[in-house]
Amino acid sequence: MTAAADALVAGRSREPARHSMTTRVIIYGVLVLFAIVYLLPLVVMVMTSLKPLDEVTGGNMFYFPHDLTFEPWKKAWGTTCVGLTCEGIKGYVWNSVRMVVPAVLISTLLGALNGYVLTKWRFPGHKLVFGMMLFACFIPFQSVLIPMAMILGKLGALGQTLIDATGFSWGFGNPTVNLVLVHVVYGLGFTTLFFRNYYETFPTELVKAAQIDGASFFQIFRRILLPNSAPIFIVTVIYQFTNIWNDFLFGSTFAAGDSSPMTVALYNIVNTSTGVIEYNVNMAAAIIAAAPTLVVYILAGRYFVRGLMAGAVKG
Amino acid sequence: MATLEIRALRKRFGALEILKGIDISLEKGGFLVLVGPSGCGKSTLLNTIAGLESISSGEILIGGQVVNDLHPSKRDIAMVFQSYALYPNMSVAENIAFGMEMRGVPKPDREKAVAAVAKTLQIEHLLSRRPSQLSGGQRQRVAMGRALVRQPRVFLFDEPLSNLDAKLRVDMRVEIKRLHQQTGTTIVYVTHDQIEAMTLATKIAVLKDGELQQVGTPHEIYNSPSNLFVADFMGSPAMNLLEGTVKGLNGARRIVLERHEHPPIILPIPANADESRLSDGAKVIFGIRPEAVNDKDGVDRGARSVATFEARVEIVEPAGSDTFVVTRAAGKELTARVRADTQLRIGENHTFAFNLDKAVLFDPQTSRRI
Repeated sequence: MTAAADALVAGRSREPARHSMTTRVIIYGVLVLFAIVYLLPLVVMVMTSLKPLDEVTGGNMFYFPHDLTFEPWKKAWGTTCVGLTCEGIKGYVWNSVRMVVPAVLISTLLGALNGYVLTKWRFPGHKLVFGMMLFACFIPFQSVLIPMAMILGKLGALGQTLIDATGFSWGFGNPTVNLVLVHVVYGLGFTTLFFRNYYETFPTELVKAAQIDGASFFQIFRRILLPNSAPIFIVTVIYQFTNIWNDFLFGSTFAAGDSSPMTVALYNIVNTSTGVIEYNVNMAAAIIAAAPTLVVYILAGRYFVRGLMAGAVKG
Repeated sequence: MATLEIRALRKRFGALEILKGIDISLEKGGFLVLVGPSGCGKSTLLNTIAGLESISSGEILIGGQVVNDLHPSKRDIAMVFQSYALYPNMSVAENIAFGMEMRGVPKPDREKAVAAVAKTLQIEHLLSRRPSQLSGGQRQRVAMGRALVRQPRVFLFDEPLSNLDAKLRVDMRVEIKRLHQQTGTTIVYVTHDQIEAMTLATKIAVLKDGELQQVGTPHEIYNSPSNLFVADFMGSPAMNLLEGTVKGLNGARRIVLERHEHPPIILPIPANADESRLSDGAKVIFGIRPEAVNDKDGVDRGARSVATFEARVEIVEPAGSDTFVVTRAAGKELTARVRADTQLRIGENHTFAFNLDKAVLFDPQTSRRI
């Protein structure tokens, strides 16, 4: 090849390279900017939570902690006052865990079962049933508060009767159980939607093969469907966990005082009307409250996107 | 006694009738192929035999026992699916053993049975793999293993080869045939591929729109199709179906195929047609397979009745082993199969010969064979 041709080729290839360099700088610049914007509150929260109170009130919130201290965290966890009791938020975190774990597991499993029936054991009117379940996704939280309160009241009365009769309420009327019930009922629409769409693309021939192999309804579900549902399972668990953990409305409506979940307790700490507002303790408590969802996203986030996309495109 | 017997089987979805009264029986060790265009109900028929779909009326007997209301797992059948339907979360060995596990067969027995089947199908080295780690042919083999291990009375195959590439399909076809000959199992096999049907079956059932068109041996189906649909559907390239008229010439009945540029072809009545049902002036469809249309010296030496005619060559298609020549008669294309090394040129006139032993006549009104 001649030198002229070489130069031509080199010139042509350098041109797009320079062009893509500028594009890249702009793209990364914008990305970094947005990352900073989104991260800044968290950074401020973490820094504030590690400062003594006088440094918080006296200084600039963007300054790094001068006297690094973990006292606000200890206080938030163990001794800060929530309402009238001053035992920190640890009990409320535990309340939330006791509510979230069963609520997520039950709603996810029931959603999977619904999806299984709605796709692999179709019955006349299955579309209508699914449509009505979908409706649950669009009902605003507020509109179910009063009917739900009435139902929970009835269940509470039943619990009282059971205490009189057997000496044990069997969970009826227990605030945590109530919240689990509310979240399961409210979450079913979403979990059913997720699993139905996932199982829609699940090969029906596998179910037929298992039938011929002699597997029963639940054996097929447990041995064939569930082991192949990991992506959608993760999506649903993340979605439900985040929603239920972060829920404030149901928690504040149906669980009061000592049995309220983390979110309600946090509100009570921050909204105290007595004494000095301990920003550092508030920040520590807020981070503790947000941590579980953060951890779940970091651990399973990549499955989240993968699972959401599953079934959207074939193959 | 027949291993599989289907009596007056009907299947309706609401007002839509998918299967309109099917009667078939299959003796032990038989290989029944259900063939037909898509939507003809052949897969539905197979699913009703398997018990995966209920029937509206009629009876299905397996081994002399009515199984209409029996659960699929209780019918003593095994099925191989088009997509193989291997459980993706289980290893090959677990896949094969799953049915036995569901039936509560003890583990040592399961392992023994899996090993035996794996040996038959030469998949021993694959037993610990997952289905996703297998090639198409290997999956196919595992799917057959899962069926074989049950030792059922009837095997059901639902288009098992249609997901494979052309070469592998031929290999697996041979393998299925060998398996059938070695084990003497009874098989019902669904396909839309008429070559698969011809090569595998001991008995073919041709379906169209939920109705049985013809049941018979491959030879019967191919050589004496009972109606125009079967004639047209079976065979590739398809049978030539030409419109002709019955005329009395010189005191004998003849079939006349009119042509544009050439004089009409005048043929004697084929020996296998029922001449008493023909009357002068009646329209008939003259059917003849491409391999019974040759050039003059390529015609079968044993043929008792041969008719020759001149025709212009329109298209020459060398297929390797043979060459197909398309010409024209009675307003339609007429395909002839000639020797591979033929010297025919497009546009030339050439003398062709009909082997009338192989010709059939159809009534254009009823489309039935005469």
